[in-house]
Amino acid sequence: MQRLQPESISEVVQTVRAHAEARRPLAIEGSGGKSGLGRPVDAETTLSLRGLSGITSYQPDELVLTAWSGTPMREIWEALAEKRQHLAFEPAAGMLFGSGNEAGTIGGVLASNLSGPRRPSAGAARDHFLGFSAVNGLGEEFKAGGKVVKNVTGYDLPKLLAGSMGTLAIMTEVTVKVLPAPEKQRTVIVPVPDVVTGHRCLITQLQEAFEIDGAAFLPAAVAARSGVDLVRAPGSALAAMRLTGSPVSVADRCAALRAALGMATEELHSARSQALWSEINEVGSLLPAETDAFWRLSVPPASGARIADELGEGEAWMMDWGGGRLWIARRDASAEDATRLRQALSAIGGHATLVRGPESLRRAIDAFPMEAPPALLQRVKASLDPHGILNPGRMYRSW
Amino acid sequence: MLTMPAVDEGAISAREAIAADLARLVAPASVIAAPAALKAYESDGLTAYRQPPLIAVLPANTAEVAAVLRYCHARKLKVVPRGSGTSLSGGALPLADGVLLGLGKLNRILAVDYDNRCAVVQPGVPNLAISHAVADRGFYYAPDPSSQIACSIGGNVAENSGGVHCLKYGLTTNNLLGLEVVLMDGAVMRLGGRHLDAAGYDLMGILTGSEGLLGVVTEVTVRLLRRPPTARALLAAFASNEAAGEAVAAIIAAGIIPAGMEMMDKPAVAAVEDFVHAGYPLDAEALLIVELDGTAAEVDELMGRVQDIAQQKGATSLRVSQSEQERLVFWAGRKAAFPAVGRISPDYYCMDGTIPRSKLPLVLTRMAEMSERFGLKVANVFHAGDGNLHPLILYDANKPGDLDRAERFGSEILKLCVEVGGVLTGEHGVGVEKRDLMPSMFSEIDLAQQMRLKCAFDPEQLLNPGKVFPTLRRCAELGAMHVSGGKLPFPDLPRF
Ligand SMILES: Cc1cc2nc3c(=O)[nH]c(=O)nc-3n(C[C@H](O)[C@H](O)[C@H](O)COP(=O)(O)OP(=O)(O)OC[C@H]3O[C@@H](n4cnc5c(N)ncnc54)[C@H](O)[C@@H]3O)c2cc1C
Repeated sequence: MQRLQPESISEVVQTVRAHAEARRPLAIEGSGGKSGLGRPVDAETTLSLRGLSGITSYQPDELVLTAWSGTPMREIWEALAEKRQHLAFEPAAGMLFGSGNEAGTIGGVLASNLSGPRRPSAGAARDHFLGFSAVNGLGEEFKAGGKVVKNVTGYDLPKLLAGSMGTLAIMTEVTVKVLPAPEKQRTVIVPVPDVVTGHRCLITQLQEAFEIDGAAFLPAAVAARSGVDLVRAPGSALAAMRLTGSPVSVADRCAALRAALGMATEELHSARSQALWSEINEVGSLLPAETDAFWRLSVPPASGARIADELGEGEAWMMDWGGGRLWIARRDASAEDATRLRQALSAIGGHATLVRGPESLRRAIDAFPMEAPPALLQRVKASLDPHGILNPGRMYRSW
Repeated sequence: MLTMPAVDEGAISAREAIAADLARLVAPASVIAAPAALKAYESDGLTAYRQPPLIAVLPANTAEVAAVLRYCHARKLKVVPRGSGTSLSGGALPLADGVLLGLGKLNRILAVDYDNRCAVVQPGVPNLAISHAVADRGFYYAPDPSSQIACSIGGNVAENSGGVHCLKYGLTTNNLLGLEVVLMDGAVMRLGGRHLDAAGYDLMGILTGSEGLLGVVTEVTVRLLRRPPTARALLAAFASNEAAGEAVAAIIAAGIIPAGMEMMDKPAVAAVEDFVHAGYPLDAEALLIVELDGTAAEVDELMGRVQDIAQQKGATSLRVSQSEQERLVFWAGRKAAFPAVGRISPDYYCMDGTIPRSKLPLVLTRMAEMSERFGLKVANVFHAGDGNLHPLILYDANKPGDLDRAERFGSEILKLCVEVGGVLTGEHGVGVEKRDLMPSMFSEIDLAQQMRLKCAFDPEQLLNPGKVFPTLRRCAELGAMHVSGGKLPFPDLPRF
């Protein structure tokens, strides 16, 4: 095993060229914090982007930030907070992926298209990814997209690289859209007797004009693990809805939402609200620690409760995105269980990603779902990495 | 003059046989081969270029689209997809030896699903028809190109169209959940659905904005948004473009993202006011429209802050809409800017670059110099919030040399956009119009990479060839670049 940490783009180019010529695979990582996400990559050499670090340009009133791909997220968050801005897609620090306190790099966040509870209203990482420079699997440096917020010049390759887990190209520099951070947030929590009631409550209120930008359901056992006292207090399952914006607006909408609900509710103000959504975003602390396999399901939001029911999850799961995202902790880490889980989705629509699991399981299955015809996907892969040397096997068994 | 792919004379001489074949795949009345009838399709919104297609086919469903494409693929016939033909970059410009595939008959709204907040529609449905269909429940589809009465949702997907509200609500790509796409070989694939995020590589992300080069969109699932309870617009006049530009920057720096923030310069205001009578102040050098939406209290509060900022930046007059009707009147002017300019000049040429907003004064000054030099007037409308410029160059196609000068003027503007850190097109697409300017923004390697992606979808390059890329290279040739790239001067693996 060797680790290379290039300090310049030309070093990345040289490394990839040499490996392309020798047809030797390369494992690509930012800080390695998400190495548990996806399948293990069998490569003798790991190329870390950590040496390409730093914000190269940040213009708050142009709403864009450009940084080397290995820039730590903490550095980005700090720079943004100073100007009261944020990444609206709310990437998690990523504890679930087994990275301890390491929040990863901006390149890693984009390559895994991570987004948080605000995703349904604000978009995913891919929606805020404006442009990049990268090195393809031949060691050619190329760029796509731009450094302005609105651009349709050429194919939107940032979308393709978002979520491609380093299997298509090695991003060296990235430009993202940044937005003003909301001044205030509050969360309305609704204790509910069961998942159907909680889910219905989310689905109904999301159709009103409250601009809810976080909508989760926590089974009783999950709520009981929260560090937020008011979330534990009811001792029942609950629906949680977050409202963010200017103080006047938040207060107004909060009152209107509680009135519309017409049931017993509780309100979490700034710190508590933040703490709860951070828990929901990071997932790990809310679900049972002894889990063998963690799955992320993306489904039509109105089907969330039904899927949970069909999978017979008991209480080792939770629902975010108004029912559209399910986090499921399975005791069974077998490939058969993975198949069962994916089959349950086939009639309803949506997909399942294994986000954490033992190596045996990660090797045995395609950790990521696939929707387009495999032959087309392989041609897309080959158009960027014809020799298949970038992170082979990270997403799928076959390439 | 524009060079298009080499014409396949064989296809032209076989026109009647091809038409007869196609008439077996779709309703015979949906195959148009008579020269007089084909004239209707000879151009899109970029009327400077005209070319009737070999044949036009109007399939009625996905199966017919697939059958037509399978046939064309087998017979190596070029295909140009067309929605409503409002493209301003010539994306739907036909080819003399190509089949024009009109999607207008696929015009049904298939499902509205409020619980999942989405609608499933066919590609020929006009953009605005979606919002109309869900208005009674208080929903709408957010991207609102000014052409929204006419342009099709399929065309919007192909162009990744924007609108005056995309600063806050995003472009088409940010408002899609699913697509059904037919590839050039006739294979049908479905991407996404009513859930979020791609399963694996985000092919929907690259199909969106691919200008009809990667696949034909036959079904679209769009996100529906709830209409905000209140929306009000502010008209703010300024004595200079710089002052207006500074106000825009200050509003965003204050943490406010308006629902829309548009700017017009004096010539644009004059043209629009004369046409729409929206009550725009004619003495202003620059006019801003700022729309804020949300709860009533929130809009009141933000409106106060925006007015303060505008005043600090030297606004010469401020007017806030007092009713929904007045708000719409404020917008009616801006949305009619293109036709309004069309009234004061025999022809106009609409440009579409994006710049970092801070470069606005520089770009406007240089544009004024160019206007002098080319002897052509220019009116500017500007999606100010996101830096997307629409200079409208006024010319007269009947005057010899005018069109040519307008095009050279336009190219210089776009190159300037790139020079100051911006891009060639913010929302109208590259098409044929900006095709030859692509090298000013992208290197040969950048473009070769994009073309290889095209080859992954359409190896024979039959789908909308001649658009977006300045030189057509055969896929095999692009692959060969790989091989020569393989002979590399680094025998040893570097270690550092
Ligand atoms: C007055 C006016 C105002 C405009 N304002 C705006 C604006 O504010 N914002 C903006 O972004 N644009 C604007 N446009 C440009 C234009 O309306 C958009 O680009 C629109 O999306 C084109 O849609 P269409 O259905 O007319 O597509 P067409 O012009 O028919 O086609 C456009 C491109 O899409 C391809 N295509 C069409 N349908 C499909 C399909 N189903 N599958 C695959 N490819 C397809 C075509 O091959 C072509 O390349 C304006 C145009 C006009 C004339």
